[in-house]
Amino acid sequence: MKLTVWTYEGPPHVGAMRVATGMKGLHYVLHAPQGDTYADLLFTMIERRNHRPPVSYTTFQARDLGADTANLFKTALQDAYDRFKPQALIVGSSCTAELIQDDPGGMAETMGLPVPVIPLELPSYQRKENFGTDETFFQIVKALARPMERTAHVSANLIGPTGLGFRHRDDIVEVTAMLEEMGIGVNVVAPMGATPADIARMGAAHFNVLMYPEHAEAAARWAEKTLGQPYTKVVPIGVGATRDFIAEVAALAGVPPKYDDSRLRMPWYSQSVDSTYLTGKRVFLFGDATHVKCMARMARDEMGFEVVGLGCYNREFARDIRALAKDYGVEALITDDYLEVEKAIEELAPEMILGTQMERHIGKRLGIPCAVISAPVHVQDFPARYSPVMGWEGANVIFDTLVHPLVMGLEEHLLHMFREDFEFHDEAGASHHGAAAKLRSLDEAPVAEPEPAMAAAAPAEGNIVWLSDAERELRKIPFFVRGKAKRNTEKFALEKGVTQISVETLYEAKAHYAR
Amino acid sequence: MKDFAPQLPAAGCRNTPVLKERGQREVFCGLTGIIWLHRKMQDAFFLVVGSRTCAHLLQSAAGVMIFAEPRFGTAILEEKDLAGLACANEELDREVDRLLARRPDIRQLFLVGSCPSEVIKLDLHRAAERLTQRHAPHVRVLNYSGSGIETTFTEGEDACLAAMVPTLPDTDERQLLLVGALPDVVEDQALGLLRDMGVAPVRCLPAHRAAETPGIGANTVVALTQPFLNETAAFLERRGARLLSAPFPFGEEGSTAWLWTIAREFGVDADTFARVTDAPRARARKAIAAAAETLRGKSIFFFPDSQLEIPLARFLTRECGMTAVEVGAPFINKQIVGPDLDLLAEGPVIAEGQDVDLQLERCRAARPDLTVCGLGLANPLEAEGMATKWAIELVFTPVHLYEQAGDLAGLFARPLRRRALLSGLEGAA
Repeated sequence: MKLTVWTYEGPPHVGAMRVATGMKGLHYVLHAPQGDTYADLLFTMIERRNHRPPVSYTTFQARDLGADTANLFKTALQDAYDRFKPQALIVGSSCTAELIQDDPGGMAETMGLPVPVIPLELPSYQRKENFGTDETFFQIVKALARPMERTAHVSANLIGPTGLGFRHRDDIVEVTAMLEEMGIGVNVVAPMGATPADIARMGAAHFNVLMYPEHAEAAARWAEKTLGQPYTKVVPIGVGATRDFIAEVAALAGVPPKYDDSRLRMPWYSQSVDSTYLTGKRVFLFGDATHVKCMARMARDEMGFEVVGLGCYNREFARDIRALAKDYGVEALITDDYLEVEKAIEELAPEMILGTQMERHIGKRLGIPCAVISAPVHVQDFPARYSPVMGWEGANVIFDTLVHPLVMGLEEHLLHMFREDFEFHDEAGASHHGAAAKLRSLDEAPVAEPEPAMAAAAPAEGNIVWLSDAERELRKIPFFVRGKAKRNTEKFALEKGVTQISVETLYEAKAHYAR
Repeated sequence: MKDFAPQLPAAGCRNTPVLKERGQREVFCGLTGIIWLHRKMQDAFFLVVGSRTCAHLLQSAAGVMIFAEPRFGTAILEEKDLAGLACANEELDREVDRLLARRPDIRQLFLVGSCPSEVIKLDLHRAAERLTQRHAPHVRVLNYSGSGIETTFTEGEDACLAAMVPTLPDTDERQLLLVGALPDVVEDQALGLLRDMGVAPVRCLPAHRAAETPGIGANTVVALTQPFLNETAAFLERRGARLLSAPFPFGEEGSTAWLWTIAREFGVDADTFARVTDAPRARARKAIAAAAETLRGKSIFFFPDSQLEIPLARFLTRECGMTAVEVGAPFINKQIVGPDLDLLAEGPVIAEGQDVDLQLERCRAARPDLTVCGLGLANPLEAEGMATKWAIELVFTPVHLYEQAGDLAGLFARPLRRRALLSGLEGAA
């Protein structure tokens, strides 16, 4: 038993729903109690889908438990087939139905429906949503795809995009365009937009583009083995990764790596002097493994940030993320407990978080700006405008995404210079974020004594004490670098064996860490 | 003597045959009630003993996550908890110890049963007794079921309040007990109106804090503020309390009828009643009239959701000039919504339970001007060109009594006004 307040991932049957809802002509009959239908609203509200997810629930109640839940399932399956006439069905249990052991797959088999019925085994008490997407897609591909003659012209399948994915809708467009520029056709995009008939002709592609390993790695491996299709290992998020991706695809397809990056503005935006202030910003990354991996590279090599910590919530990729963290000389945080993530962020006191909606809330609480780079998604992650994160346009989009939450160049300097200005003090936040500028009254003196809420008053490490002068001085440092100053000073004091931090210590530490 | 009782229609819906359906139900389970109950009871913590699905539901239903460490959480059952119940009980005790150590402000802990905990027959009642002994007198541990196999949406609040009833202290005092988790602003207004009429003492269940928990006994008179408190009402009666039968306080007419029932019980004369309610009644009528301009002559169709459907249909048809096509409720207890059914003029289909695909077919055939439904159905119906009102907002917004009557009508008028405003906007859904 584990106490959970917020979760990064839903149960595995929600993963199966993401696959089913992404597809067309497929129906999911889910043996589940009344109430599990809440999952529909994830799609109709967060993603603003204009149709109900193609899911029929048996919605059994207590009175059915003593009677015949198995029959209820059979009726629901027959009704769903008669009403929706899908090309294929997937059947399975939610967490509660798993306990009553009705075996939807076995029951479906006895009914002789005229379309393929694919049983899903998703262990709800061991696995989570991403396992659900990966396993469901794998089972569908395994059941329907067969080796077949390749397309005459070189082509690829794009695999991995699902319902409720982080920017999947627009990433498909971007990746399709990149392949087209190299003269590579797209055979099938799946699960998003694919019908079971499309899945059946996946074997015609020359290779697979594995867009999201979280959702399609098992299928990619199976297709490699059974259909003889190699798959891409690079995920094209970031400028460097996009170039690597193009090279990898060109090699797989046996074509020259042609591309048109005339719309790519990200490198120049990052090189332009206006971005100098981004140098060495200390960032913490957390999200699904794929997005964290890509964004870490972008953060360090393309934005000039310093990665001070990173981690992911999907344990399936723990090994990858540990290896990545080693490269970056930091400790990997593999957890699905947001309180642990919050603790890590508090300790590292980064200047910015690249995370999920959860970290956005953590950042709000700690006063640290956050850019959202990964699922779990929120209605805000489905913008009306085109905003991929893959490819050239994706790199442009991410540059904007990472810069937006920060206090900008000159503004940062002014905050340093005139930190006690009544309407432009550090608690007012970045001036381009309209919301909650808290003006100080003109007559009101800047806060003389440190308030407990900010980093300044947080207890120091070890037995170190901040003298009140030093504490006051620390408060004059703008909030977005105060955490770093505090940590550095304490680290410096520890090393020097100093137990009382004075203004002197503060500035000695500053000189020590000067870059 | 002047009478404030509402005028009955020639024929009401109390004896209308109810269309009972069984099939796929597109509804929330009772766990959802935790979202408002944990804000209402400020020293209570709600610990769901369930699965990742339960945690995910609470997070999704909350919509905007309440990150100021919420007073609810899910103890997620794992493989080893399913293997042996002894082990599950030990684990539960350990999680509760840890939780209470971290949150010394908690005085009431609710162990909330879920579908999985009920299927594996984890006895939360015994667990609550065991844990109460262990943490007494600081914390009282209670249990109820919010599972989907036992409860539909608002029945979770009913189960929670019902679980509290046996623990209420005895009292012989003549008192009025308002039952149902009202928003603070509404509760204050109700208490204000009753105080001005001279009704006293008035107590509330649930109370904000454990220390304010009301007593109960043969001289307690109960006014339900929500139509879904069926089990709670039965438990209160078992403790000797007497239930008032009245329409629910939605709209000017409903609020007046509800208050008048209480007033008569407590011997308030018509003049006093008029003095206290004349001004707010006039304000409510005025506010409703503004929204009713949009609603008059329009048809409405209710999918089952919160059990508020019958009182709301009564309000919308009688005070806003709407026509009800179908009024679906997850469960209909005529003893409690009878007075509202009496006032609802015959005509609409009254449906209990659900087969969502069949109901959607009826709804599409009727093409109502406004459909009240859950969030899973709203956008799909909008995409088909039908205006919808999210039912959940009716539970999450202060809508009771006079000062909110205009807001309540406004909730229904807004989708129609919006459609009118955007009528020139074209593009595929």
